[in-house]
Amino acid sequence: MSAAEEMKNEQSRQFERGTANTVLHIDDVHKSFAGLHALSDVDLDVREGETHAIIGPNGAGKSTLLNVCVGRLKPDRGAVVFDGEVLTGKSPHEINQLGVARVFQTPEVFPELTVLENVMVPALSKRDGHFRLNPFKNFFREKAIREEAESVLENVGLQAQLSGLASTMSRGDKRRLELAMGLIQHPRLLLLDEPTAGMARHDTNATIDLLKKIKEGGMTKVIIEHDMHVVFSLADRISVLAGGRIIAQGTPEEIKVDPRVKEAYLGEEQV
Amino acid sequence: MEKNVALKDTTLFFGFAAVILLLPILLEPIGANYPDLLQKIAIFGIFAIGFNILFGLTGYLSFGHAAFIGIGSYMTLWSFKLLTMNVVPAIMFSVILAGVFAYIIGFVSLRRSGIYFSILTLAFAQMCYSLAYSVLTPITNGETGLQTRAIRKSSETSLLDGDIRIIDQAFGVQELGVPTTNFFGMAMSGYTGFYFCAVLLIVCFFIAQRITRSNFGIMLKAIKSNQNRLNYTGIHTRPYLITAFVISGMYAGLAGSLMAATDPIAGAERMQWTASGEVVLMTILGGVGTLVGPVLGAGIIKYAEQKVSSWNEGILESFFSFLPETLQHFMANLGVLFVGEGWHTTLGLLFMIIVIFLPGGIMEGIRRIGAKFSRKKPEADTNAAAPQPAE
Repeated sequence: MSAAEEMKNEQSRQFERGTANTVLHIDDVHKSFAGLHALSDVDLDVREGETHAIIGPNGAGKSTLLNVCVGRLKPDRGAVVFDGEVLTGKSPHEINQLGVARVFQTPEVFPELTVLENVMVPALSKRDGHFRLNPFKNFFREKAIREEAESVLENVGLQAQLSGLASTMSRGDKRRLELAMGLIQHPRLLLLDEPTAGMARHDTNATIDLLKKIKEGGMTKVIIEHDMHVVFSLADRISVLAGGRIIAQGTPEEIKVDPRVKEAYLGEEQV
Repeated sequence: MEKNVALKDTTLFFGFAAVILLLPILLEPIGANYPDLLQKIAIFGIFAIGFNILFGLTGYLSFGHAAFIGIGSYMTLWSFKLLTMNVVPAIMFSVILAGVFAYIIGFVSLRRSGIYFSILTLAFAQMCYSLAYSVLTPITNGETGLQTRAIRKSSETSLLDGDIRIIDQAFGVQELGVPTTNFFGMAMSGYTGFYFCAVLLIVCFFIAQRITRSNFGIMLKAIKSNQNRLNYTGIHTRPYLITAFVISGMYAGLAGSLMAATDPIAGAERMQWTASGEVVLMTILGGVGTLVGPVLGAGIIKYAEQKVSSWNEGILESFFSFLPETLQHFMANLGVLFVGEGWHTTLGLLFMIIVIFLPGGIMEGIRRIGAKFSRKKPEADTNAAAPQPAE
């Protein structure tokens, strides 16, 4: 048995014992679409409390990987393990109830609900579970949840739009709203798919500050991002995906100097 | 916000209750204050409110809700035939049975969304309609329809031709002539029947209002708004949808039961697809997703059905009598195409105008007028009322 295989087996044993501080383990995941290999033999570990960035050129398979993690896509092979629980085969709502929240690349909000309601819905889901029949519990008397939603919306800078409809918001505001929808669930793992795309620079910086603040709270985050300013401001570790494969992993400093990354992703451009 | 919503709801509820209870007076100027029409407005109001819980809140468009009307009516008739002419047990059994059927139909149909869901519900309703005319004839009495009869003299008489009314018999209730439905002795005809239906309509409105404002209601709205996102928020949408479907089916069962309670005969035509389509028209006409709109739509359609369909050339001639004679005849001849047997043309045109110019129904029109008077832009409300395609 090779040293690498031995290490992998030890890691699996650690998972089984629940002693590893790895919160997300992506094990040999493979996914193809009509013969096109979107993901090939992807192995990735995300440690508890870290911000792990996944970068790569367009079409590298980053969003596909997130979709596999949240149950939107089923891998052809391999498994995704979150905190000792195999996520593969579970439905998106079950995965969310385990503590995995996702912020989408294209803002996915509830357009016909108000901004406050948009944030209160995931908070209710966190408190009440995937289904609770409470047809006579007045939504407008959920004081604790409303106050928390107001506080989260203040953190993302949307306190002035509480009663406005989400459909009337700008794209950038919708992204911030989506972030608030993820944050209010206090997930153990937050998956962010290009959270600052479409934002102005000062909004991007505000989002970086907010995500740094969350980091202090110990929430584990996986972030897909094209903006290297965001990546190097936030990431503890970076994985580089190219052609559906992980070609490099390491700290931001290691990635900056990795020739494979330069070749596959950055080309001649300096980080 | 909490206080504002509570105050708005309380005002709306008491305003609604007052209008419904005063309908016999309010509708007098347009000659629509006779019990038969008032009962129909109240009953179809219940049907439309229930339908709106599914369609208005979740966006799932059922084309088969008439099946629950039929189930409610047949169950009520059987309660009259077997147990008692008192409407209370009949209504209870009908609502429960409609709920059971709604669960079964909803369980299957809600495996699909959008047009496929609509087609599945339509198929179920048409199946119920066909079964009532064929293999279920011993229960439905086929084309003749199920009716109450006098107490049978011999056990050999079929239950379709003679009733047993166990409870009434046990209490020694004497029947003279045709048995009449009652609410603890009060006959369910005339204005008594209307007020009985009206009180139930108000109760149904209250329940629908509570559901709309509840955590459950907000989840239903979120389903309509973005079901996919809701799944990633940790919500299992299917149980919410099935529950909404069952509640909606129970409302329809209650409406069917009241139809049979005020006029004790049940026929399969109540389950035909046109009856399912009618409640869709009522809801869209009044305002999808609003609380009052569906009742308003039901009232307008039932009024048009009974009054506009009874107008003829003579009535139009006298209506246009203020015009010069030639123009009077022209207008009367033109107008007759839209009244009497042609009233469906009027309904169709009205429906088209509403859908094109007021997608949020009459309630949107009222809101726009209100906004003009208060000099506010109705933008937010308009967006809220805009109909969404079924998921």
